[in-house]
Amino acid sequence: MTDQALIGMVSIIMGGLTIAIGSIGPALGEARALAEALGAIARQPDEAGTITRTLFVGMAMVESTAIYCFVIAIILIFTNPFWDFVTTAGAGN
Amino acid sequence: MHALDTDILWRWGDSFVILNKTILFTWIVMAVLAVGSLIITWRLSSGPRMDRWQNLLEIVVSFLRREIRQVSRQDPDPYLPFVGTLFLFIAASALLDLVPYFSSPAGSVMTTAALAVCVFFAVPVFGIARGGVATYLKNYIRPSVFMLPFNIIGEVSRTLALAVRLFGNVMSGALVVGILLSIVPFLAPAVMQFMGLVFGMIQAYIFSVLAMVYISSGIQARETQQQKARQRARKAELKQQAPSPPRQRRGILSRDEIDKPPSSPLRKQRGTPSRDDVHERDPSHEKGSTND
Repeated sequence: MTDQALIGMVSIIMGGLTIAIGSIGPALGEARALAEALGAIARQPDEAGTITRTLFVGMAMVESTAIYCFVIAIILIFTNPFWDFVTTAGAGN
Repeated sequence: MHALDTDILWRWGDSFVILNKTILFTWIVMAVLAVGSLIITWRLSSGPRMDRWQNLLEIVVSFLRREIRQVSRQDPDPYLPFVGTLFLFIAASALLDLVPYFSSPAGSVMTTAALAVCVFFAVPVFGIARGGVATYLKNYIRPSVFMLPFNIIGEVSRTLALAVRLFGNVMSGALVVGILLSIVPFLAPAVMQFMGLVFGMIQAYIFSVLAMVYISSGIQARETQQQKARQRARKAELKQQAPSPPRQRRGILSRDEIDKPPSSPLRKQRGTPSRDDVHERDPSHEKGSTND
């Protein structure tokens, strides 16, 4: 197997694994946050505005880890630096 | 990956002065915002009869002021220009995303990084403007000196998170629409664009609220310290004014406890409605004790 094929294969597999594993944690966390916020709103409907704003900000914080994984996956698949290096080196030979 | 940065429209010789789609779309958003608000504010009325566009702007500005006030618990005026501009820019670019051949400049990591760097520098600027250099720098060794490297790392990493979060959200929306266009050309991309509108608004909101949170966190440590000092001063004042013997103290406490059974010591010191009551009654108690 050439270097190029190996790098391509590993990049695609790792891109899929990155987004798959990286989305599990934030999904569980956001679901828990949403459930707690719904419970809080049901108990105190007057505070719905504050709770919703805090929920949005908190969810953005939690979600950022999933977004890091997404960006890493995008980099691995679309603008992979190692792939570019190998392809330019191959063209040079 | 859509090519906002690599689509070079114009290049000045061989130098690095290039005009790509990101810069062009940023200029378009800026022009729409500036020219639009200039036209709307051309004729303002203070009466009840007003232009519908003036009404829109008033709604936007009062919404921003209310949110900033609620997040920072301070007067929103010093922060409105900066945070409001962040919100309006991101929201306008998300709205203009519906226009054909236009794509949100926030889909390029360069734009979001620039916005995040603005926030990064705005935090010390606002902090120093409020409390001076020394009090701002003292924030970095707040719990103890050992937290200094972690505070600095946190400062940098939250800037990175701010940039990557906005970029990832906007870019993933555009990417999904692009993929859907090649799979289901009818209807499904339109639904995704509609979702993109909602998510764009939420992202603009989150970005500006987080910027406000970061800015106020550079200030608020000092504010709470001042509050604590004020509380301590009030406590000392109370002690000086009314050095009541423990017998009377107990009596007052029980009166308070009738009002609020699980009252904490902090709440007693705070300005509860019954405090003035107690304050006024104290000298009379003292008189009673001297009579005894």
